[in-house]
Amino acid sequence: MTGAWSTKEKIGLACVALALIALPFVLAMAGTAWVRITNFAVLFILLSLGLNIVVGFAGLLDLGYVAFFAVGAYVYALLASPHFGLHLPFWLILPIGAAVAGLAGAVLGAPTLRLRGDYLAIVTLGFGEIVRIFMNNLSAPVNITNGPKGINLIDPFRIGDFSFSANSGALSGPIKYYYFLLLVLLAVIVINRRLQDSRIGRAWVAIREDEIAAKAAGINTRNIKLLAFAMGASFGGIAGGMFAAIQGFVSPESFILNESIMILAMVVLGGMGNIWGVIAGAVLLSFMPELLRYTVEPAQKALFGRMLVDPEVLRMLIFGLALVLTMRFRPAGLWPETRHRRELDADRK
Amino acid sequence: MARALIEALNLQIHYGGIAAVKGISFAVEEGEMVCLIGANGAGKTSTLKALARMIPAHGEIHYGAERIDAVPAHELIRKGVALVPEGRGIFARLTVAENLAMGAYHRNDKAGIAADLERIHALLPRLRERAMQVAGTLSGGEQQMLAIGRALMGRPKLLLLDEPSMGLAPLMVEKVFEVIRAVAAEGMTILLVEQNARLALELCSRGYVMESGAITVADTSAALLADPRVRAAYLGE
Repeated sequence: MTGAWSTKEKIGLACVALALIALPFVLAMAGTAWVRITNFAVLFILLSLGLNIVVGFAGLLDLGYVAFFAVGAYVYALLASPHFGLHLPFWLILPIGAAVAGLAGAVLGAPTLRLRGDYLAIVTLGFGEIVRIFMNNLSAPVNITNGPKGINLIDPFRIGDFSFSANSGALSGPIKYYYFLLLVLLAVIVINRRLQDSRIGRAWVAIREDEIAAKAAGINTRNIKLLAFAMGASFGGIAGGMFAAIQGFVSPESFILNESIMILAMVVLGGMGNIWGVIAGAVLLSFMPELLRYTVEPAQKALFGRMLVDPEVLRMLIFGLALVLTMRFRPAGLWPETRHRRELDADRK
Repeated sequence: MARALIEALNLQIHYGGIAAVKGISFAVEEGEMVCLIGANGAGKTSTLKALARMIPAHGEIHYGAERIDAVPAHELIRKGVALVPEGRGIFARLTVAENLAMGAYHRNDKAGIAADLERIHALLPRLRERAMQVAGTLSGGEQQMLAIGRALMGRPKLLLLDEPSMGLAPLMVEKVFEVIRAVAAEGMTILLVEQNARLALELCSRGYVMESGAITVADTSAALLADPRVRAAYLGE
């Protein structure tokens, strides 16, 4: 696909861009909390896009993806906090975090090259837990991660005197981060699109389809698989670094198995392999709990005069129901990649 | 006689502690069409997979003047060895055209690829008609032809064909073998592994008979077709 846009597409694109630029100010009217929620949604989009490389493009089921998010977050936390007294600039740390996470991805990938499907899922699940438990316990004899207490007072992004966390006029901290996240997201989308249409992208598809045939076609399946793990992981690492800066605090609790499953659910719900589907899935699943939080309680109070069901309980119920319904009626996801849809269509025949 | 294009010397393959192929030697000359026949489990497919470096094996494999028993599998197509895997191994979710393009993955001579595509379309017109169709929806015979076409897109010197008749209707088997004959007529060197011994021997000039991991008989096709042991064991007479 070559990128010649039609006039219609250009106008549509301009509208989307304007809406995205105006979005934080509109949200800020409803409360800065909504801008923060949006920022976390963008982080989840980044994570989903990273996982999509591994799961969607290369067909390698990864249940421990949050580990790379954790690696990125801890790299940032250790290099920009009073913990070690290091305060490197963020534009230096983010690439380091991406590289370290990418390396971790390759380290996970290397011993799992012969595994597929369920077996690979089990190993990656274990890897995710290992990373979290390491973070939890690397406080003695040498205190590296500060254990379960986590690392506090992490530096925000700062360029000279311009800090991303402080308010400057109409631009509140979260809004500044929003624009930064948006830029990173744009870059990640462009990279993803390029990858998908590249030789590497085609090699991933071939491996996903038939590994022996891929080898016979001259694809170095080992390197190409490792590349998928490493690239996916490095996106997770970047997201992790930004997470640490935005939160100002990291602890192992943020990187539990549930998070891996949530990111995988975003990829699957949206439509494995299709970038836009994955984004839609991530947006949907990030905002849904928040919307529920803000609607369920008032609705119950209005109807029954008191709270009957805790929104937190309802949230998981609706979440589960949504997943079941999606798998029943749109098994390839809400917005599937053409090839994944083809497979399911072919299976039905 | 010309130098052998591919030659295996004392090839041994083990699965765990079990010896599937017990030190066999054979050779295929350039331009020749040779078959490896035998019953289920005789070690034919293992042998072919070992030649394509898909599974580890002991012994020597010579390809022309070069030893290839330590060359990684993905390098072989660059050297001119193409495998059409057992069970066809097409990329089911890609279109026919995309499958053929994958066959030329290692090449970057655009003009040459286009010319080869044209040649393969002429040989297998069904693939042109179905270019935009998803490969998984093709019939078994068409899938087999696609697998052969894809291998040819790599412009190989040696074609390793693994059970091309497997799971196909008799009429389709004949069509697939016609295609193989046409490919051979262009001078391609072919090593064919096949359970359908009669078809294979009728197509090839020579054959090796494998029995539980060893080559028991090696002769010209005509002699094998006349051999009473072969007739009794593999030709159902």
